[in-house]
Amino acid sequence: MTDTDLSPHVMEILNSHRGMEGSLLPILHAVQASFGYIPQSVLPHIAQDLNISRAEVHGVVTFYHDFREHPAGRHTVKLCRAEACQAMGADRVAAYAKTALGVDWHGTTADGQVTLEPVFCLGLCACAPAAMVDGRGVGRVDEARLDALLAGVRA
Amino acid sequence: MKVYLPRDAAARALGADEIALAIQAEAARRGRTVDLVRNGSRGMVWLEPLAEVVTATGRMAFGPMTLADVPDLFGDLALHPKALGPTHDLPWMRNQTRLTFARVGVIDPLSMDDYRAHGGLAGLRRALTLDSAGIVAEVIASGLRGRGGAGFPTGIKWKTVADAAADRKYIVCNADEGDSGTFADRMLMEGDPLTLIEGMVIAGIAVGATKGFVYLRSEYPDAIDVMTQAVDLARAAGLLGPSVLGSAHAFDMEIRTGAGAYVCGEETSLLNSLEGKRGVVRAKPPLPALQGFMGKPTVVNNVISLATIPAIFEMGAAFYRGFGLGRSLGTIPLQIAGNVARGGLYECAFGLTLTQIIDDIAGGTATGRPVKAVQVGGPLGAYFPRAMFDLPFGYEEYASADGLIGHAGIVVFDDTADMLAQARFALEFCAIESCGKCTPCRIGAVRGVETVDRIARGDAAAIPLLTDLCNTMKSGSLCALGGFTPYPVMSALTHFPDEFRPMKTAAE
Repeated sequence: MTDTDLSPHVMEILNSHRGMEGSLLPILHAVQASFGYIPQSVLPHIAQDLNISRAEVHGVVTFYHDFREHPAGRHTVKLCRAEACQAMGADRVAAYAKTALGVDWHGTTADGQVTLEPVFCLGLCACAPAAMVDGRGVGRVDEARLDALLAGVRA
Repeated sequence: MKVYLPRDAAARALGADEIALAIQAEAARRGRTVDLVRNGSRGMVWLEPLAEVVTATGRMAFGPMTLADVPDLFGDLALHPKALGPTHDLPWMRNQTRLTFARVGVIDPLSMDDYRAHGGLAGLRRALTLDSAGIVAEVIASGLRGRGGAGFPTGIKWKTVADAAADRKYIVCNADEGDSGTFADRMLMEGDPLTLIEGMVIAGIAVGATKGFVYLRSEYPDAIDVMTQAVDLARAAGLLGPSVLGSAHAFDMEIRTGAGAYVCGEETSLLNSLEGKRGVVRAKPPLPALQGFMGKPTVVNNVISLATIPAIFEMGAAFYRGFGLGRSLGTIPLQIAGNVARGGLYECAFGLTLTQIIDDIAGGTATGRPVKAVQVGGPLGAYFPRAMFDLPFGYEEYASADGLIGHAGIVVFDDTADMLAQARFALEFCAIESCGKCTPCRIGAVRGVETVDRIARGDAAAIPLLTDLCNTMKSGSLCALGGFTPYPVMSALTHFPDEFRPMKTAAE
């Protein structure tokens, strides 16, 4: 998408957040929900609208793990790396996932289908190891369940 | 036929949605009508998806449900292969003291009628008969301390905000529950969101704030969904708005979503994030109670602290402080997780030992192997060996053992755990999540990982270096991320010294 294609969407998002206290994070979430990532070209629009510098917007975008500067794959698989999941074999499952997908953390498969992300706790600690596939939580993820999940998103 | 099946994220992660569809399909096939309520979870995660069927003798539990178990729900329930008996009679339920979680798993989370029928709004109605000072005095008298982990007396915090003069004040609920092994906030928000809203309204009336925010982590999409619907429901019912339940008090609130930064669970970092800035920690003073959100006096409380307020007003401060030990009064929702046979949420008075929690309540490890270590209080909490399992669960008791209860998450590891790897992970996590403000945290965490790697390679001289680094991080960091990361590292080193011996790697 070119800058001119984006700007009407961005203006719509900015208008819908007017008057909100501390609106930058909600705006960035809305931008990412619309475009799948935070395109560089929207930063000046946001900065001008909020009367802050472009550097400040950039600083916020890059601070938070959720905000992407590039589009992800069609599907996102997040695997929990935190302690409760480690206690149930999360490291082993993560190593298996990396091999199965042929990517490291934050990587996207060559066919653009799956992005693998680490996450630190999904609150599913009593049914560990946990994963989140396209926003949907999954408990007790072992190698077999991971295979099924990957087959599901690639189908 | 009325059936309860949780919409809790853990139940859904174990297949509750598929079971719900199957129940509806089976009912249609048999020409039966079924009233399916998607409630919160009772907290027995090892039994999820847990279906409950309403019978003449009360609610009967069935779990863990599989698709094959669904048709039998329509037959003779006594013969059902997953029949567990009356829910309230299960040992896990019977032995708890559920005050904060009294309605979670019992009611339809998004029904105001159900909420009222189970004691909802009774606390607020009583608070409305008191003045600001009276409300604050009741909270102080209850002995309630911050359930997020810091344990600061909630009533004292409220008093500071109430006494501050300002044109605007705020109530901010910290729902950025990022500690591994904790899910009490999530379960509460998904299972009884109106309790949290009621608690925030009482806080607002107490301190003179008319606006509240729930800062909810993005990793909790189900909780965001339920809370958002609950706020609309509360507005429609007059619990939120220009006249709270017809009183002279106004209060409204917004649900805000975090963006995946662990450090935003720290209150000053959370406030910066809420203001639309980088989630960098602020130095204190000024206290958020005096200069918080947008520089105005702000109450920042954890979900469980705020959600306990209605129960305190409903039952009275004296009743609440009748539970617990020492200066840890009331109840605490323990979250038992990791490698355990029976994991979940268990609310009880302070004071249980880890032996009682892990061996008796949780039934040991899921793998059946011996317990090696337990991490209490999240990624910044200490690892305790079995020799320390008699420590009573309380703020001071854990602090005196160089640990912390934190948000009361308990993560169990069996004897296959590699404690050097756990120490390394604590530092790696700190390096990933550091906001970058304090040098000991920002640089120290990275150097810490390198130092642990040196120890793993057999360099004994690196052990005193790691100890020294941990001391620097502990005393030279503004917040608990840099300041408490030494707890898991040093406890692993102190309690499991054999795993840090150069011999280990050399012999392998």
